[in-house]
Amino acid sequence: MEFRVAIRDALAEELERDERVVVFGEDVAAAGGVFVTTPGLLERFGPDRVFDTPISELALAGAAFGSAVCGLRPVIEIMFGDFLPLVMDSLVNQASKYWYISNEQASVPLVVRSAVGAGGRFGAIHSQSPVTWFHAVPGLKLVAPSTPADAKALLKAAVRDDNPVLFLEHKRLYSMKEDVGGGRSEAGELGSAAVRRDGSDVTLVSVMKGVHDCLAAAELLAEDGIDAEVIDLRTLRPLDRAAIAESLAKTNRLAAVEEGPRTGGWAGEVLAVAAEESLDDVDDLWRITTPEHPIPYSPSLEDAFLPGAEAIAESVRARLGFAVTARD
Amino acid sequence: MSRTQASKASEAAPDREEALELYRRMLLIRRFEDTVQDLFLKGEVHGTTHLYSGQEAVAVGVCSVLGEHDRVAGTYRGHGHALALGVEAQGLLDELLGRATGVCGGRAGSMNVIDLEHRLIGCFGIVGGSIAAATGAALALKREGGVAVAFFGDGAINQGYFHECLNFARVFRLPAVYVCENNLYGEFTPYEQVTAGEIRARAETLDIPSQTIDGNDVWGVQTAAREAVQRARAGEGPCFIEALTYRFVGHSRSDPGRYRKPGELDSWRERDPLIRARDAIGDTEEVDQAVEAQIAQMIENALAAPFPSPDPNAREYKDG
Repeated sequence: MEFRVAIRDALAEELERDERVVVFGEDVAAAGGVFVTTPGLLERFGPDRVFDTPISELALAGAAFGSAVCGLRPVIEIMFGDFLPLVMDSLVNQASKYWYISNEQASVPLVVRSAVGAGGRFGAIHSQSPVTWFHAVPGLKLVAPSTPADAKALLKAAVRDDNPVLFLEHKRLYSMKEDVGGGRSEAGELGSAAVRRDGSDVTLVSVMKGVHDCLAAAELLAEDGIDAEVIDLRTLRPLDRAAIAESLAKTNRLAAVEEGPRTGGWAGEVLAVAAEESLDDVDDLWRITTPEHPIPYSPSLEDAFLPGAEAIAESVRARLGFAVTARD
Repeated sequence: MSRTQASKASEAAPDREEALELYRRMLLIRRFEDTVQDLFLKGEVHGTTHLYSGQEAVAVGVCSVLGEHDRVAGTYRGHGHALALGVEAQGLLDELLGRATGVCGGRAGSMNVIDLEHRLIGCFGIVGGSIAAATGAALALKREGGVAVAFFGDGAINQGYFHECLNFARVFRLPAVYVCENNLYGEFTPYEQVTAGEIRARAETLDIPSQTIDGNDVWGVQTAAREAVQRARAGEGPCFIEALTYRFVGHSRSDPGRYRKPGELDSWRERDPLIRARDAIGDTEEVDQAVEAQIAQMIENALAAPFPSPDPNAREYKDG
């Protein structure tokens, strides 16, 4: 099953399960979504449950917030993550704070789906992974799956979660295929990481497409006799701290691989958690991120900008003291 | 619908009992705000406050026509919206004093009061935030026949929220009533200086029925609100009401209101919604005394109420 179909199936199953679930956004209904994630939902569930909206992110997010307070469970799509600043007031100032400042009268069960990530030659303002903009917001959950099976299970969990959830879908993963089994799938668990590859020399931590880059890097490193463990965090907030600690206890070295600028990035938080909670197990901690400038357009510039498998492997070799000569 | 100039209280006052109840709510708001001001000066109310004195007829008139399925979003000048809806005055005062017995346990404060039991989905500290919240509420309430009301000031109509949400509500025929409390100033600045065109015209370009009313005439407000709410409830979509009113105080505690034109405050004092209601009703002494007694008791209770204990295990998320 393709990643985009996994998203569609999750929405369909949740729309069917709970009539309070509604799906709306720009071009999501009749057109089926610019990334072809939602075809068929309008036909199946009708225009009261699945509908197209104006290009109007303030209204979209406001409507999601207000309707979630009053009993719906909206799932909205913000087409590109780069447009998320337009939903910040409703999401950050209102929805995420509601549970706490209302003295726990109610939370706000809404999901904001958004496509993120570079590599598509979309330029600086259609290619960002704006996790960090939302990372420092108590009350908001951040989900960033790397596989179709996880996308389906975690989106179902996000829809069922009583809290606001920002659900990030990497553009380069939409066409990825995986056997997720037939029929309905169970909802996943938010806040739980997965070990994608066992290893003993170094831990590579990432989300979304970065997980696949880390797995490819691990294969390259294996050729040099370096045994890398790969952790897929799946949810950036809440963060699975235990998974980080367990892996560090084995490997003593950790690199957080983030598609995003280093300053203020989530990778820094992972390193901070590792330092705070596992210092006795730490020989080395570092980040592999994008450069501190906007995402460029030209293919050669964009490819060099992204931390791909080669760059990750090279960084690990250098950090572990494997000079290039060690490969001879 | 036609524009109604600010005028004397409408002749069509309802029966005495209902009239007294509207008057009582307005008086409660006025005396509550006086109390908040006093307690602020004594250091008992923290941060800042935005008082509603002078605008009482708008909230009270509108909220008087709402039913159990309806919801309201208020502004950072929201004490009046809350009290008009029936939020317990004691719990509201306790909240402003940061006490554990406040309607939000002291977690929200003046600008962010939420009381779902009394249909108040929130007061919003961001200008225009109430418009967004009510638009979403209307989307949900459409299913059960409820109506969502957004209160907001004249400053909010220059926010993107106003244009985007009213368009959204009109396109989907949402049961929303948008009530602009035009008190002539956005914070410290006269609205004409920063607002192009007529306020009501903006709603009209979106094909939303709109009217400008005397916001200091509680019965006139009630009549306009009833018409708008009935229309929304009947599935005919959103309405817009511009209520002309005036705040008798500055924007916030730090504002003495020096930007006001000479004589402006006095002329609006002559149109005080409370005095107009009292003139129409006649003897209000019983209600006056009851509200005074309620206020006195409230102050005593609020000052005696405990502060909340910091909770080291306060939860970031709702469980389950």
